[in-house]
Amino acid sequence: MAELLFWPALLLYGEAAVGYLGDVRRPGRAGRAATWGVRLGWLAQTALLAVQAARDNGFPWGTWASSLSLFVWLVVSAYLIWGCRRSYRLLGLGVMPLAAVLLAVARIGGGTGAAEVSRYSSAFLVVHVGLVLAAFAGFTLAAALSALYVWEEARLKTRPATILRRRMPALATLDALALRTVAWSLPLLTLGIAAGLVRLIGRDARFDALIAATVATWLVWTAYVVLRVVAGWAGRRAAYLALAGFALVAVVRLALPATHFA
Amino acid sequence: MRLVLVGTSHHHAPVELRERVALKRDAAQELAARLAADSEEAIVLSTCNRTELYLGSEDAERAEPAAVAALTALEPEVEPALYRLHDRAAAHHLFRVAAGLDSLVPGEGEILGQVRVAHELGVTGPLLDRVFRQALHVGRKVRAETAVAESPTSVSAAAAALAEQVFGGLAARSILLLGAGKVSEQAARNLRSRGAEIALVADSRTARDAIAHQLAAVDVVIASTSSPALVLEAATVAEALRGRRGRPLLLVDLAVPRDLDPAIRDLDGCYLYDIDDLEAIVAETLAGRRLEAQRAETLVAAEAEKFHEWHASLDVVPAIASLRARAEEIRAAELRKADALLGRLDESQRRAVEAVTAQIVNKLLHLPTVRMKQAAAAADGVLYAEAVRHLFGLGEDQR
Repeated sequence: MAELLFWPALLLYGEAAVGYLGDVRRPGRAGRAATWGVRLGWLAQTALLAVQAARDNGFPWGTWASSLSLFVWLVVSAYLIWGCRRSYRLLGLGVMPLAAVLLAVARIGGGTGAAEVSRYSSAFLVVHVGLVLAAFAGFTLAAALSALYVWEEARLKTRPATILRRRMPALATLDALALRTVAWSLPLLTLGIAAGLVRLIGRDARFDALIAATVATWLVWTAYVVLRVVAGWAGRRAAYLALAGFALVAVVRLALPATHFA
Repeated sequence: MRLVLVGTSHHHAPVELRERVALKRDAAQELAARLAADSEEAIVLSTCNRTELYLGSEDAERAEPAAVAALTALEPEVEPALYRLHDRAAAHHLFRVAAGLDSLVPGEGEILGQVRVAHELGVTGPLLDRVFRQALHVGRKVRAETAVAESPTSVSAAAAALAEQVFGGLAARSILLLGAGKVSEQAARNLRSRGAEIALVADSRTARDAIAHQLAAVDVVIASTSSPALVLEAATVAEALRGRRGRPLLLVDLAVPRDLDPAIRDLDGCYLYDIDDLEAIVAETLAGRRLEAQRAETLVAAEAEKFHEWHASLDVVPAIASLRARAEEIRAAELRKADALLGRLDESQRRAVEAVTAQIVNKLLHLPTVRMKQAAAAADGVLYAEAVRHLFGLGEDQR
């Protein structure tokens, strides 16, 4: 059953990525097809996760590969909030290829099939993994919004005659949305890290590279919020900081997890 | 029922001629009522770019001269500038008009409202009601599915669109006007119509300190003074940026020679556009509209084809209805004749006989019905309808 649901999800995410690329060349039908690809792909992946949860009778996303699949679902869920609007289609070009590739990676790592039995309790995994992944999904979306901001800001600076040809979200809107997304995500990461630390201290376990990188990620995003709210950072500087924060998210999510989940 | 259109537009008549046949709302309504007395259905569409009379009549040979007479009565010299279109061509023209494809600026939005008002004021029946409703649908569809109406067509509208690109909604955004030229006034009016407010109108007598103070607060600066030197230096703007806490500032320089220091472009969070930039944007968006207009033409042509199919089917519908009525009459008569035999059947058996005979009639008539509708769309409909009437003796009782 999971097999039957994985392929439609991957194909639809892939279709959405290609559709958004087509929409850049000629806005219209390709963009609409891409948005439907995201919606239907999300439904297929939701069903896939539900089947996994029902079959394993618990929290089946405790391995790095399966948690990657859940992460993709959270990113696409967050994207769907804005992605259905026409002016945000370009955001899909940043989000959907990433979602398709990461879902494929999750599959290769065995994250979309039967889960291994985790040595952690379901409640701890829900709080720790669930919150951290939800926060990372929010940061990913904030980074995509910031990347779109940087691109659009550069266009406004260079003043091409085609500047108004494509309907885009306003700079101020992108800036505000990125801050709002981070403001929602940071408390989730804080709680997720706190849950992990409590368990770490209780078991007298060691800090590993992933924990250190996650704390560094928390520091960067906290700095982002503080600098924006207190020091009045906005615009390009804030967008670059968000992209730096996302680079850390990518390291935490892709480069280091093997040590942590071992 | 035939659709007849007689009219003139900016493509065929100069403004001095168009203004003499232009009709105000009351006059248009009155003329529609007068024409409908002869032609059954009439709508008058009169805007600054066109005056068009749409008539729905059984007799196009009479309706067209009546429409021409109505327009030449307003201005005899208009006759050579009149176009006369019938049926599919008339509907296609109306759909293009509603979509803004026949307008001076492709995709302009005002015309759709004018078509709606004309429809409301006209004397409509099944034909004009259908064609005008479809025209309104086409107008909305073209604007929703193509970008023909999206981009600005003037420097002032381009400035407002840029402001929206930077700030999103312009409600409560503030503008600093440096100088009050005609174009900057239009730009300011455009911004105000979207909710922005004018914080200060400065001229050569306004103190530099006051301008610098406003720079820290406003969102948009529009400059169009006749000053031969720069009015706003980059250093002044850089100083003001410190108090803006990263908020973007859009500066629009409409003056020649320029009022705003080009070095402002290099400042973080400042977006400076001069008159050349805006004119290039307008030229590009007009070209883009024309490109989108080609896509819109395809949509309009498809809708005109749909109208044609519906309109043509009107020719055969009476024949189809008569044929079905005759068949039903025969079926009922034959059942009555067989009543002596059928009387021995119980109720359920009788119902079965009724159902079987009705089914036979329906099956026999299904293909001829479909073929007649197809023939109607291919212009053979009237011939087919005549043939069916002749073969089945339809309508002979009335003769």
